Amino acid sequence: MTSALIALFWRELRIANRIGGGGAMGVVFFLILVSMTPFAIGPDLNLLARIGPAILWIAALLATLLGLDRLFQADAEDGSLDLFIMSPAPLELVVLVKCAAHWCLTALPLVAAAPLLGLTLALDPPALAGVAASLLAGTPALTLLGAIGAALTAGLRRGGLLMAVLILPLTVPVLIFGVSSAAAASGGTVPFHTPFLILCALSLMTIAGAPFAAAAALRSREA
Amino acid sequence: MSQSYQPERLVAQGLCVERGGRRIVDGVDFDLSAGEALVVLGRNGAGKSTLLRALAGHLRLSAGTVRFSAGDASAPLTEKAHYIGHADGLKAALTALENLEFWATMLGSAAKAPGALSPQAALKKIGLARIGDFPVGYLSAGQKRRVALARLLVTHRPLWILDEPATALDVVAQEQFAQTMAEHRANGGFIVAATHAPLGLVDAQELRLGVRPASGAKPTSSAVETSMGDWA
Repeated sequence: MTSALIALFWRELRIANRIGGGGAMGVVFFLILVSMTPFAIGPDLNLLARIGPAILWIAALLATLLGLDRLFQADAEDGSLDLFIMSPAPLELVVLVKCAAHWCLTALPLVAAAPLLGLTLALDPPALAGVAASLLAGTPALTLLGAIGAALTAGLRRGGLLMAVLILPLTVPVLIFGVSSAAAASGGTVPFHTPFLILCALSLMTIAGAPFAAAAALRSREA
Repeated sequence: MSQSYQPERLVAQGLCVERGGRRIVDGVDFDLSAGEALVVLGRNGAGKSTLLRALAGHLRLSAGTVRFSAGDASAPLTEKAHYIGHADGLKAALTALENLEFWATMLGSAAKAPGALSPQAALKKIGLARIGDFPVGYLSAGQKRRVALARLLVTHRPLWILDEPATALDVVAQEQFAQTMAEHRANGGFIVAATHAPLGLVDAQELRLGVRPASGAKPTSSAVETSMGDWA
């Protein structure tokens, strides 16, 4: 079973690598979203530095959800999902491994790009580190919450927007603690680790719970 | 050929499947001994695919049971069956060999099952050894289907559930596949197939779906033992 899950992980990476787009496109989307903000808000450096972590987080949230609608849809269309159900490996673990591969492909590049883009928003070095750390800790929760939405909309032809509508409200706690831990890194009354630990807890909770919800949604799919 | 798991009979009793509130499959019974095949017949929309998807565990049975009568009865049927549906289950971006290698690992048990071919050997057997390094996206519909059928060979599972397996196959490939199915049955395997075209299954049982009496009476789906009929 372990070998099956490892094979699945490499298959996901290999497919993404062959098809292209995936991770790189998420980063480009992230870049555009973040670099649009100063144009909209104006060149006020103090204001940008204050809202910078929030902008980076919202951009990361949207970029993460961008590719997630295809997470199970592609497998549902070509029949792979039927075969996953027939595999000795539990569907919950299949979901978790697919999410892990998706996270490596889309969220990890965002974490790497976030400090660079933070520079354009006039963030100071502690805030840059804070944003990167909070994204690293918080994006698994986004991916796994998104996986529930992706599983629910796997059978729908144009489920992308519906998935975002379903999932975005659920990401509010992640957003709150992500932004507050990024902001706490550059000073403030709250110590960094307080919101950061809650953020880690949110990610761990979704890692433990979301695969069950997503697998249940995939099993009950009427197709 | 010796296999770790060798059931003697496959018994289904009173299978019912509902979709969208309508009972599509109603009261299907069949009983296969090792090496026997069941051909599911019926017009479009009679419930052939629904029945097969339910057998494979993709749809819930609203009533009835289906299980192997001998061996490890507690093991779910889904893990003892291969399913070939309308979709091939292949990734266009991966090569034929990569697809097969993946499914061999994903569907196989931890111990390498005896009687299973290596992905290379399976491709050779279906006559596609030369295009193993080709991305599946470049293959023709018939070649894709043959790669999907090769999946039956890379892990051993006693029951093959085949939904229109011969779609897009040319005459030679159909004969080859009939030969492959015959070998599987000779090794004590089971086959349940839905088809509109003859598959070359000798001495198969027939199950006719959607045969409904004119008024009120209980719809029947009868499994009739036949010799080499039109469909065999």
